[in-house]
Amino acid sequence: MTAMLEVKNLHVFYGAIHALQGVDFELNEGEIVTLIGANGAGKSTTLKTISGLLRPRQGSIAFRGVDLTRVSATRIVSLGISQVPEGRKIFAPLTVRENLELGAYTRKDAREIQESMERVFASFPRLKERINQPGGTLSGGEQQMLAMGRGLMSKPQLLLLDEPSMGLSPLLVEEIFRIIVDINAHGTSILLVEQNAAMALSIANRAYVLETGTVALHGPAAELLEKPQVKTAYLGR
Amino acid sequence: MQKLLNRIAVSVRKSPVIWAIGVLLLAWLAGRARQNPVLFAQFLVDGIRLGFVYALVALGYTMVYGIVRLINFAHGDVFMIGAFAAFFATTRYHWSFVPAMVLAMVVCAFLSVVIERIAYKPLRDAPRISALITAVGMSFFLEYFTALNFVFTPNFIVFAPQPLQFKSWNVLGVTVSNIMFVIIAVGTICLVALYYLVYRTKLGKAMRAVAWDKPTARLMGIDVDLVITFTFALGAALAGVGGMLYVVAYPQIRTFLGVMPGLKSFIAAVFGGIGSIPGAFIGALTIGMVETLAAGYLSSTLRDTIVFSILIIVLLLRPTGLFGEAAKEKA
Repeated sequence: MTAMLEVKNLHVFYGAIHALQGVDFELNEGEIVTLIGANGAGKSTTLKTISGLLRPRQGSIAFRGVDLTRVSATRIVSLGISQVPEGRKIFAPLTVRENLELGAYTRKDAREIQESMERVFASFPRLKERINQPGGTLSGGEQQMLAMGRGLMSKPQLLLLDEPSMGLSPLLVEEIFRIIVDINAHGTSILLVEQNAAMALSIANRAYVLETGTVALHGPAAELLEKPQVKTAYLGR
Repeated sequence: MQKLLNRIAVSVRKSPVIWAIGVLLLAWLAGRARQNPVLFAQFLVDGIRLGFVYALVALGYTMVYGIVRLINFAHGDVFMIGAFAAFFATTRYHWSFVPAMVLAMVVCAFLSVVIERIAYKPLRDAPRISALITAVGMSFFLEYFTALNFVFTPNFIVFAPQPLQFKSWNVLGVTVSNIMFVIIAVGTICLVALYYLVYRTKLGKAMRAVAWDKPTARLMGIDVDLVITFTFALGAALAGVGGMLYVVAYPQIRTFLGVMPGLKSFIAAVFGGIGSIPGAFIGALTIGMVETLAAGYLSSTLRDTIVFSILIIVLLLRPTGLFGEAAKEKA
């Protein structure tokens, strides 16, 4: 069986900076895969390249046989990949409803979009209470929920999550991770980028450790949790 | 209401001199208005007419700034091209009012899209000053190229015969004309349509998303370049309407006619808060009225000085203008 997402020998530059230096990984249908690593290891860069915001200088990203490095960002969303960016990136002046509707920008059928919105409200009831409020007036946790709801509005088969726990209280982090597991149980594959390695490894099937633009380690998440290198470097134990 | 009063109180404490001058000016105006209310009403009516033309141009400045953070100084010259398009359509080919206006809109939209593609788009990731200088260059190019003898010539051309027969009535001593009604009606239709487009349609939502955060808009699957191009076209089409209305009201045309209305509309947009659509409208009406009142009560030679002083005062006191967005917070 071929993987749903297959990244091979990915090289990405920011000007002269060689940010990704040959990243390889894959994600199978239905999995939660996490990319962990320090600041600047290339985790967000990898997600931005998958979404088409950055173009690689070398390498390929195959999603169900389509090479994403050759298609537009718009097309990538309609192919079924959605990203919840780092720092939530809510459209602050727009209402909660408008933010969610923008998540469904590539979809046409108004009735189906409404159904998706109801599903988002079922997962995040707080959003429904604030439906006509500008996104910028929401609390940090609510904004993270809005960002995730917006990401789900395109009905993705693969959801890319960039640091969903950033800046949230431990209680909220628990809740967000519980919802990630729930989203995955409903059939959406997840690629999770996290600083909070302990949390990420606790819900992931498999994990890749990035170090200065390359994959340093990979394996089943439960195994990585026990590896001494991972423990000292990323789990602080 | 309480909040507004508080804000005014803070502002009075911060700059009492400016407020004192403002109150004195208003008192002086009220005195003049009592002396001759009919004349005052006439100035106001003329100011509103002028303000609506400025509003159509100011909207283009504010929308383009909102979406790409560029002051498109060539916008006033696109307005001029709209005036010429309407002029040729009506005087040479005897088109009637509405088709000529549609032509002006299409010509301006097309021109603006071409300008954006060749002059601004390649500089989108360059420092903002580069695009600004390019816009100034584009403005001069349009003015001086069209002033060549084999294009429109540098001379004034009288806009006659007019697409509208001028008619005027006397209402309680105030002269109102059919042209004024047309300007206000067309201006209002454009404003309402624009408001609907920006705040009630999917495309408008995409425009606001792109204005706020381009990379995230792309993550939603929005074609950011297309939305930017559309915004330029839309602003230019409104300027085309404005250009036609302007020369219908002041029927003398030449290739530099866009300079002053362009600059004043820019001031109107800054006064209202650049990037804000309601701000551009309120700012334009204010500038239109200030201009006619200044010309009427002081002197027409001082008129432009006063309008440009407004720009300096706004930039000193409240650079974000009346409805300006506070600096975008960074997460």
